[in-house]
Amino acid sequence: MSELLDLTGAQAAEKIKAGELDPAELFDFYRDRAAEEDLNAYLWLPDEGQRPEFKTDAPLAGVPLAIKDLFCTEGVPSTAGSRILEGYRPPYTATAVENLQSAGAAMLGKTNMDEFAMGSSNENSGYGPVKNPWNHDYVPGGSSGGSAAAVAAGLAPWAIGTDTGGSIRQPASLCGIVGLKPTYGSVSRYGMIAFASSLDQCGPLTRDVTDAALLYRHMVGQDPCDSTSLKHPETIEIPTAERLDGKRFGVPPELTGEGVEPGVQEVFQQTLRLIEELGGELVDIALPHSTYGISAYYVIAPAEASANLARYDGVRYGMRTVADDLTAQYEMTRHDGFGPEVKRRIMLGTYALSSGYYDAYYGNAQRVRTKIAEDFTNAFEQVDLIVTPTSPTVAFKLGEKTDDPLAMYLNDALTVPMPLAGIPAISIPGGLSEDLPVGIQLAGPAFSENRIFEAAYALERAIGWDPPEAPWKR
Amino acid sequence: MIDRDQVLHVAKLARLKLTDDEVERMSGELSTILDHIETIGELDLADVAPTSHVVQLENVLREDVPRPCLPREKALEQAPDATAEGFRVPSPAAHA
Repeated sequence: MSELLDLTGAQAAEKIKAGELDPAELFDFYRDRAAEEDLNAYLWLPDEGQRPEFKTDAPLAGVPLAIKDLFCTEGVPSTAGSRILEGYRPPYTATAVENLQSAGAAMLGKTNMDEFAMGSSNENSGYGPVKNPWNHDYVPGGSSGGSAAAVAAGLAPWAIGTDTGGSIRQPASLCGIVGLKPTYGSVSRYGMIAFASSLDQCGPLTRDVTDAALLYRHMVGQDPCDSTSLKHPETIEIPTAERLDGKRFGVPPELTGEGVEPGVQEVFQQTLRLIEELGGELVDIALPHSTYGISAYYVIAPAEASANLARYDGVRYGMRTVADDLTAQYEMTRHDGFGPEVKRRIMLGTYALSSGYYDAYYGNAQRVRTKIAEDFTNAFEQVDLIVTPTSPTVAFKLGEKTDDPLAMYLNDALTVPMPLAGIPAISIPGGLSEDLPVGIQLAGPAFSENRIFEAAYALERAIGWDPPEAPWKR
Repeated sequence: MIDRDQVLHVAKLARLKLTDDEVERMSGELSTILDHIETIGELDLADVAPTSHVVQLENVLREDVPRPCLPREKALEQAPDATAEGFRVPSPAAHA
């Protein structure tokens, strides 16, 4: 059985296409593992023996895929991790999921997440926290924590998630896997339950860079149902680079120094040396406004969320708390249906958008966004990619930061500048600190995913990430 | 500092009922978060254009032709309370 577990998504697809592996056997293997899991990574799985159609001739050949519960899937519960959507079965499927299914992905299950993707630890799920598969006392990161934990624990060959301020990259980092936040607009957001529409983007969470490239290749595409979606100017290639000769890597002090804990710093410095050994050049760059990223993000994202979440009113879908007056019913439904973090962000966003405060908060946050994007534009005139740690710390203990929302927000310091600028970034495992994974982030200009994959692939090979204590080996 | 009255005003704008405990906690938490956000004030942003959308988009036009949409029964299927024709809610003027 462990032979199946050893296969990456791409390898499993090859074996199926070669007639050496029965997709139903692979599907049942993962479904059964997922059904017995003790991480709370899944919110929905098909019943035993219930299988989707396997498109063995398609590129992904019927390999099972775990899907974050933020994606609408027709007839299958889609809760966004919120009690307010308990039991909701959408009448249609998200375009990104449809694209992957057309390419041969078989939906394995829906994964747990922070409610409406608001969180960095998965403790904000309305259905209980997810545990980190490396150590069950620790958080898996968030908000795509269920997807990250499922891949890291061998409960899925690969998964998709969404990233608004770090929600793919940070859990990938904390769980020791690969996660890509693509260029804004390169993947359709249609059917992806909205959090902050100018930042939300979906992407792959995988065991290695090859799998990330393969999934992303089949996610991209302009969609008439999402007016912000764009045609990717390049075909996404499967990376093959072994060296980094001639590639310039920018190291910004703002995202690599203060606040980065010593164990993470050590792995980061080792990675910088590896980049040089592979022929890459390290260049000092400045991203002076990125230190204001958290401030800008925690105005813009809650402001957009407060508008997007206005639709949960107990009228068209989801739960309702019955009252005899319509306004009271709205207020009580939202009180009962939303968890504390979602309420906090709705309040924060509503405040920032309210009369008299709009320009001081929202207007200025948008101006900071301009400055952050300019910083990146200037940096990419000097370098090909920017390298930083993904998260300033390794995974922290469950409950450690739940009483301090600001401390939780500061976790996102190294990942929020990229979505504010709309640019892509990947997190790959760099090593271990205190027996927990450390992620390395590579960011590039808009639509540079191929460049990111090539560099990440070369680096991944040099790092040789294969820890004997890895959870997927258990 | 966001006081109790401001919290209640914003909660009303957001159509969100909060218990007394929640109002209390929200007042402290929002104040702490806004203090951090106000570090933006260190920057001179007077001549900076705001960014609402990061990627350059061009307007795309299409023919204005009817396309299939969700059948009514399907649109009503997930409602907590519906008639055959629409969503059912209590009167908006019950306490007017």
